[in-house]
Amino acid sequence: MTEMKELSYVDAIIEGIAEEMVVDPKIFHMSTEAPRRLQEEFGFPRVRQTPIAESALTGMAIGAAAGGYRPIVDWRLVTFCFVAMDQIVNQAAKIHYMFGGQTRFPLVFRTTVGGGTRRAAQHSQSPYSMFMQLTGLKLVLPSTPADAKGLIKTAIRDDNPVVFFEAGRLGGVKGPIPNGDVSIPFGKADVKREGKDVTVVALAWMVHEALAAAEELSKQGIEVEVIDPRTLVPLDIETIRSSVFKTGHLVIADEAPAAASVSADIAARIVEDAASFEALKAPISRVTGLDAPIPYSPSLEDYVFPDRSRIIEAIRRIL
Amino acid sequence: MTNLSPERQRAMLRRMITIRRFEEIASEKFRSGDIYGVVHSYAGEEAIAVGVCEALRDGDQIISTHRGHGHCIAKGADLNRMMAELYGRADGYCKGKGGSMHIADFSIGMLGANGIVAGGISIITGAGLAAQMDGNGAVAVGFFGDGASNAGPFHESINIAAAWKLPVIYVCENNQWAVNVPALESVATPNVADRAKGYGIPGIIVDGNDVFAVHNAAVDAIARARAGQGPTIIEAKTYRHRRHTERLDQPDARPSEEVNAWLQEDKDPIQRMITTLQMQEDLLPPTVLENLKTVVENELAEAVSFAEKSPFPTKESALQDVFAE
Repeated sequence: MTEMKELSYVDAIIEGIAEEMVVDPKIFHMSTEAPRRLQEEFGFPRVRQTPIAESALTGMAIGAAAGGYRPIVDWRLVTFCFVAMDQIVNQAAKIHYMFGGQTRFPLVFRTTVGGGTRRAAQHSQSPYSMFMQLTGLKLVLPSTPADAKGLIKTAIRDDNPVVFFEAGRLGGVKGPIPNGDVSIPFGKADVKREGKDVTVVALAWMVHEALAAAEELSKQGIEVEVIDPRTLVPLDIETIRSSVFKTGHLVIADEAPAAASVSADIAARIVEDAASFEALKAPISRVTGLDAPIPYSPSLEDYVFPDRSRIIEAIRRIL
Repeated sequence: MTNLSPERQRAMLRRMITIRRFEEIASEKFRSGDIYGVVHSYAGEEAIAVGVCEALRDGDQIISTHRGHGHCIAKGADLNRMMAELYGRADGYCKGKGGSMHIADFSIGMLGANGIVAGGISIITGAGLAAQMDGNGAVAVGFFGDGASNAGPFHESINIAAAWKLPVIYVCENNQWAVNVPALESVATPNVADRAKGYGIPGIIVDGNDVFAVHNAAVDAIARARAGQGPTIIEAKTYRHRRHTERLDQPDARPSEEVNAWLQEDKDPIQRMITTLQMQEDLLPPTVLENLKTVVENELAEAVSFAEKSPFPTKESALQDVFAE
């Protein structure tokens, strides 16, 4: 077996984009800060540095996609895309459907989510569940460099608008990257650690916190199964249900606040299904961000965001 | 003045009459309950869509607004499928999923009507970017109103188009009322086209009810765009004959003297074109005009019949086309 190389989360995404750009000349990348590797490898006009105009760029991606291109627009921080909401909500998400499926709009919006970077409320948020209401967008949220690379390739090849959420805090985190052209299908959760006692579904940064919690609890004889859905639309609820059948206990860990969230949706889907409801031996427990805009001061931000200790508390509470 | 051939002039007149009659029938069928929701009539503004689209060629793209029927017809959309869409039927352009505000025909470069004011401006700018990257000389035309010119996408998009010299023509149909807000009170400059200076591009003002003036302005702007010289704003001054929508339960704030003045024959774009054509010998004899009107009437009767015969979409189809497979 050949040795796997290591890449950071961000570099893995850029590598995935670069590999796809080599294969398909219709792919181009627009952002207010062009990734250096893409600029060096492809340059203008396929890699464009743009005005700070997220609304226009989002709409332009739609128009270019209608013209046979496969644009990638990097909004950068997710909070910046809120100025483009008409183009995201009314145009990108609905345009295929409301025109009766006449044409395809293959486009990818990249954006970073999360916090923990001491940049306060307007530069920190995890609002992916808002986008889950916008039927018509596929939503990706990887937690490792390998997943990020494999999923960005699938996102680019998909014929629909895809929002590719990148966990900002994971950007520099390194991990092994499989060799070759490895894409990862949408709608396929990954069991990051197997365990028989409790299922923890975790998103993005929280996957790593859950794995740390599992490691610690393992020393005390509690075996935690950690599942990363990886894509929110489509959501692989079956893998989660299978795990619940095995463990009978479910904890959901997400940085976003609890209201109308991914964690709420997963919990609802598990309890509204008779079989998985029956399998539960205890109430579902959610570990989420608190209901506050993300504050600046480390002591405040660290309090608002959940972490491994809160996951451990939640597990203890229901076991 | 125009150097268009007599055939093309008559074809343009026919399209303008088609749009007017399509709108009159749509209003009638809205009142009778055959068409649902909302209908925005393009009556009175026909010279703009026809004047601009006559200057386009295959491969060029346009995008429209909530008042979109005229642009569809001017770009060559199928009347049967348009009417069927208004009727909410399975054979409509959008299989009954879009209705009046969302008719599109991507096969002819009509990227859709749009229910959001200013919603299409950045999309057509992206179509212009695609055309520029294709390098085949195609252009993109964005139609929008005076209301949209006050919204953010107008500025963001035109700035990028100007900075990147994209082949886009921004056609502002200034009908002087944004729903019930008068342009006089809401547009900061006397003319929307004045704003072109801020982007370093030409801003042309034309009489939007003079189809030849619109056409000439479009020809110049399109030539400029095809030559790689970037975008142009064309402001076509016009007036809508109807209130904002055909819904009578919504107010019309426009003074009736103003409306009546614009409804006179000397202001009407179709009457003006007929008068111009009839001033030239043999260009539009009365029998030719009558014949042309009859042809249009027959086509639209056929469109209504097609729509009436088309089935309503099946319930199952409501969950189709959410995603492209």
